[in-house]
Amino acid sequence: MTQMRSEELFRHLCSDSCRCERKAEMAVGVLALQGSFKEHIVALRKLGVDAVEVRKPEQLSGLSGLIIPGGESTTMAKLAEQYKLIPALKDFGISGKPIWGTCAGLIFLADKAVGQKIGGQALLGGLDCTVHRNYFGSQLNSFETELPAPPALAEIGGSENFRAVFIRAPAIVDAGPNVEVLAALDVPSGESGASSPGNEAEEKGQKVIVAVRQGNLLATAFHPELTGDTRWHSLFLKMVPKGGKADVPVKAVEESASLIRPFTDPKDLPVFRDASFLVFE
Amino acid sequence: MANNGVVAVYGNGVLADSKKSTYAVKVGLAQMLRGGVIMDVIDAEQARIAEEAGAAAVMALERVPADIRAQGGVARMSDPQMIKDIKNAVTIPVMAKARIGHFVEAQILEAIGVDFIDESEVLTPADDQHHINKHNFHIPFVCGCRNLGEALRRVAEGSAMIRTKGEAGTGDVVEAVRHVRTVLGDIRRLQALDDDEVFTFAKQIAAPYELVRQTKQLGRLPVVNFAAGGVATPADAALMMQLGCDGVFVGSGIFKSGDPVRRARAIVQAVTHYNDPHVLAEISCGLGEAMVGINISDKKVERFAERSD
Repeated sequence: MTQMRSEELFRHLCSDSCRCERKAEMAVGVLALQGSFKEHIVALRKLGVDAVEVRKPEQLSGLSGLIIPGGESTTMAKLAEQYKLIPALKDFGISGKPIWGTCAGLIFLADKAVGQKIGGQALLGGLDCTVHRNYFGSQLNSFETELPAPPALAEIGGSENFRAVFIRAPAIVDAGPNVEVLAALDVPSGESGASSPGNEAEEKGQKVIVAVRQGNLLATAFHPELTGDTRWHSLFLKMVPKGGKADVPVKAVEESASLIRPFTDPKDLPVFRDASFLVFE
Repeated sequence: MANNGVVAVYGNGVLADSKKSTYAVKVGLAQMLRGGVIMDVIDAEQARIAEEAGAAAVMALERVPADIRAQGGVARMSDPQMIKDIKNAVTIPVMAKARIGHFVEAQILEAIGVDFIDESEVLTPADDQHHINKHNFHIPFVCGCRNLGEALRRVAEGSAMIRTKGEAGTGDVVEAVRHVRTVLGDIRRLQALDDDEVFTFAKQIAAPYELVRQTKQLGRLPVVNFAAGGVATPADAALMMQLGCDGVFVGSGIFKSGDPVRRARAIVQAVTHYNDPHVLAEISCGLGEAMVGINISDKKVERFAERSD
């Protein structure tokens, strides 16, 4: 059924002969332990891609890529540990398949994180970065802004800026030489919301990194899944290698994951505009 | 940094082009909590247990609802110092409760930098007519409801998240089920209506027409919708999720049980794996005593849910 729906979407969205055929062959997983996974699935389906909720290691097989959504990184780490997902996710990354982390997902992918809870938390690693968990502080300091689109995003088309929503967001305070910086944000010195050790590095600088790419890993501190702009999802899909065909039929994966009482599956939330009240995109 | 780093405020003109506290930013935090469990805690130690169990957020309060019921008297906002201590103990979002209509308690909670305010019927209402005008705040609010009309009135007042009320502190899930089914049933009825009939429907449920129209179009509440009030077991939590909620609040159910550490972890797992009976069976084993609970059909039990409309 999902298959049919997405095929209809292809015809609707991609009348020119773009990458439809390739997309038809790929299934992208979204880690569905907690957080904004439904929002990511909606964005992927808008682009005509099969999106699969991943809660257990076996659900990773046959997927061409994986998104780790926003949410609480400690919650996700705990749930991933309990179901032995951490080694499976590490293998997934090592196999060269693309992984994109947004917000909590960025923390997951980083080699090093500061400002964590007492006792730390499990990280996947792979991204040669140091991430500050709550760099911008509490919800009072959450914000949204417009940032200039990096060349990789701009070539997809659309506006020269993109809307970036930061919710109790992390930031990258130190990035290795192999890391490509895609977006950075002006932060006057000494004004970061967080005040724990490891923060000195950027105290003197004016910019803090909020989006990076390194090999098969993409990471953003903001939430493209909360906006109607699907270009970040398109950028991620471009990282999925060509000709990658699912080892397992997508339908089988979905059915094993799913629904005893499908009619109650909550409908999708709207995309909110940057207004003071309920206005949808 | 002032106040032990609890309050972190940018100077004027910082991030000049950025917008704080837009509705999208407020609802955004609620969206990050989806698929998660929010746990009532009364001190830093309990908050750490909740965080270790995988809670998506904690609700800081002086007495859990079961104790508020047992002890009686007026229940008010918690001591801000206690909330600050909890904020310092954990990295996950911290919520706190203000009395219905008590906008000064809400101002105080905003000033100490909590991440979310629950305008809650569990505390003794300060205003029996009016809720807080939540548009006046930078911090998002969550409010309780029993039906669609009540939910949309709270959204109209600026609530960025809704929870069904249930009956807090009872450990009896029947009211939570009733309220979830009522809200979702109201939405299903609304969707079956002709567009011409929506005006009268809005009048009948006493909610703003525009929000009713949007709800019909979306087929769901326009904001994140959690369940609350009476959840005591992993099965209760999964029931709420299967009925169609976005997440679950657990109040007295955890720290009034025999083994809070295991129960908290099991309820978190139940919300993630809500559709997998095998996992639910596994995590429900050997959790020790559940909270004793109060049978809600007892007429002497006060209905917190009826304190506001």
